[in-house]
Amino acid sequence: MGEYMIDLKGVSKAFRKDQWVLDDIHLSILEKEFVTLLGPSGCGKTTTLRIIGGFEAATRGDVLFEGKSIRDLPPYERQINTVFQKYALFPHMNVFENIAFGLNIKRVPKEGIQKKVKDMLSLIDLKGFEKRRVHSLSGGQQQRVAIARALVNEPKVLLLDEPLGALDLQLRKEMQVELKKIQEQVGITFLYVTHDQEEALTMSDRVVVMNEGRIEQIGRPEDIYNEPKTPFVANFIGESNLFEGEMKQDNLVYFQGKRFQCVDKAFADTEKVFVVVRPEDVELTGKTNGIIEGEVLRTTFKGIHYEMMIKSLEDEKEWKVHSTERRTPGEVVGITVRPDLIHIMKRG
Amino acid sequence: MVKKWIERSYSGLIFVFLYAPILVLIIFSFNESRTRGNWGGFTLHWYADLFRDRQILSAFYYTLSIGVISAVVSTIVGTFAAVGIYNMRYLGQKTILNLNYLPVLNPDIVTGVALMTLFIFFNFRLGFLTLLLAHITFCIPYVILAVLPKLRQLDKNLAEAAMDLGAKPFYAFRKVVLPEITPGIITGALIAFTLSIDDFVISFFTTGSGVTNISITVFSMARRGVNPMINALSTIMFTTVLLLLLWINYRTNKEKEEDEDEKELQMYNVLGTAGDTLSDDDRV
Ligand SMILES: Nc1ncnc2c1ncn2[C@@H]1O[C@H](COP(=O)(O)OP(=O)(O)O)[C@@H](O)[C@H]1O
Ligand SMILES: [Mg+2]
Repeated sequence: MGEYMIDLKGVSKAFRKDQWVLDDIHLSILEKEFVTLLGPSGCGKTTTLRIIGGFEAATRGDVLFEGKSIRDLPPYERQINTVFQKYALFPHMNVFENIAFGLNIKRVPKEGIQKKVKDMLSLIDLKGFEKRRVHSLSGGQQQRVAIARALVNEPKVLLLDEPLGALDLQLRKEMQVELKKIQEQVGITFLYVTHDQEEALTMSDRVVVMNEGRIEQIGRPEDIYNEPKTPFVANFIGESNLFEGEMKQDNLVYFQGKRFQCVDKAFADTEKVFVVVRPEDVELTGKTNGIIEGEVLRTTFKGIHYEMMIKSLEDEKEWKVHSTERRTPGEVVGITVRPDLIHIMKRG
Repeated sequence: MVKKWIERSYSGLIFVFLYAPILVLIIFSFNESRTRGNWGGFTLHWYADLFRDRQILSAFYYTLSIGVISAVVSTIVGTFAAVGIYNMRYLGQKTILNLNYLPVLNPDIVTGVALMTLFIFFNFRLGFLTLLLAHITFCIPYVILAVLPKLRQLDKNLAEAAMDLGAKPFYAFRKVVLPEITPGIITGALIAFTLSIDDFVISFFTTGSGVTNISITVFSMARRGVNPMINALSTIMFTTVLLLLLWINYRTNKEKEEDEDEKELQMYNVLGTAGDTLSDDDRV
């Protein structure tokens, strides 16, 4: 079992009796992998990081590091470093002293410290900032100092808790690229936390979608987006239309009172399922050529496409549709979906 | 118009009542004449006498040594207590804090009698040690009250960040937490020192074996009869305590301002991120 860098084995956490903040988390992370925990606020992402960092103890389960349990190791004995949500830079120390903090504890010789800090400063593009007080830096600069302070210790794993959360949109995009670059340069495992799905999809090798203390799905960004396993994932990652339906036989699903071709096998006879269709996967046809007829309610211009809300004439349910073709409100249109773009997941 | 005039003279009157006795005391400490009623010319005679009186010199010695030792000890104990309280869960924290307020609000005489009873119960001989213990005891809550707000202002992740970088808990405390709360600790020590040299009631009940501080000396001299040295001694005490209080006040005000500065700076940083994007472009 030595091949995993970090291996969470059934980790559960309750701060108060029987209130489970984390429920049976299994997660194996490889060397040099960029893994992101993604989920809404309060779903347990920070708690998961804190258990791996050693700041909280798991109520149940075990944490393995390179195959060995680190359950009982204090944070200062783990080869893991953390970039905290609000940076937690030491206010009375300058940039150099902040970055050198870990090296001083390890009694690295003075010249070694000088060199390593200098290398770090050039990695994060803050050359010449040694003597600056941390409070005189901008948010983005403080962020980078926090990353340098952790990386200079050459950890095998870096934990990052919403490191870009406090930055404005444009700076966040730049830092996403920069962080990914840094991760590839230093070649270590990054375990990243965010509630921003786009950030998760663009940066990660694998994404872990969490909800209410449970893992909903683990997978590559493309798989998470294209093959959501649960309605929660389908809704949380990108936009989607969610319907309740039934599978009567292989490759055929019934929903909205109609039959749709799909590419899934029936799990059993007359299986209850959820059907997910992405707005951009809906095809608009002439009034009678579609499987479903619907009336356009609203049309909004979104830049690259129009977003239209279309009310099915069958059962009044609304479809969200993204298309480069504009349809005017009041128009009645036909709706079809290509079989491989219909996503089926078990219900109940 | 009239209302304002009344308001002003009212507060003026209060100040006269409050400060006139002290002013008279200070003036008469420089009075050549022995009798209180008439002015016999300026002199430093009584101050000089103070430093020739062995009883008073020993009172100075006890007051200062008790003040310094109790300030140091109560500051150390109080700081660690504050850290302990800070790390407690919410409910425990509230309970302890209320218990902490009790001695602060308790009448001195109750504290004094209670401590005396305790010392006698344990067969302690009243003297220097009991006086010192009493002072340490009543100073600790004030130190806690000075240090705790500083801890609360601290970023919760600071100590964790230090440990994350390899620091053992005590090293993390010393290198990262302590420098941040030092202003509160110094203020706490000053308050403790001031309270100690200022105290009469508790000292009166907890000392013995001929160990007396300045306030007790003033008290016993005053009982024995008119002695202008009392005026001089009281003036010294009053000025010392006044200066200390001004200093403490100045420190707390300065700390408040600095906190506000820091908040402003953070505001600036949030606003400044827009500017940062520009400079980032320059880098490319
Ligand atoms: N120290 C704590 N004591 C009690 N409850 C906590 C504590 N830390 C976190 N929680 C609770 O655990 C849940 C998950 O929190 P957290 O891990 O911070 O979520 P996230 O980082 O995903 O927003 C929340 O409901 C939060 O209130
Ligand atoms: Mg969080």
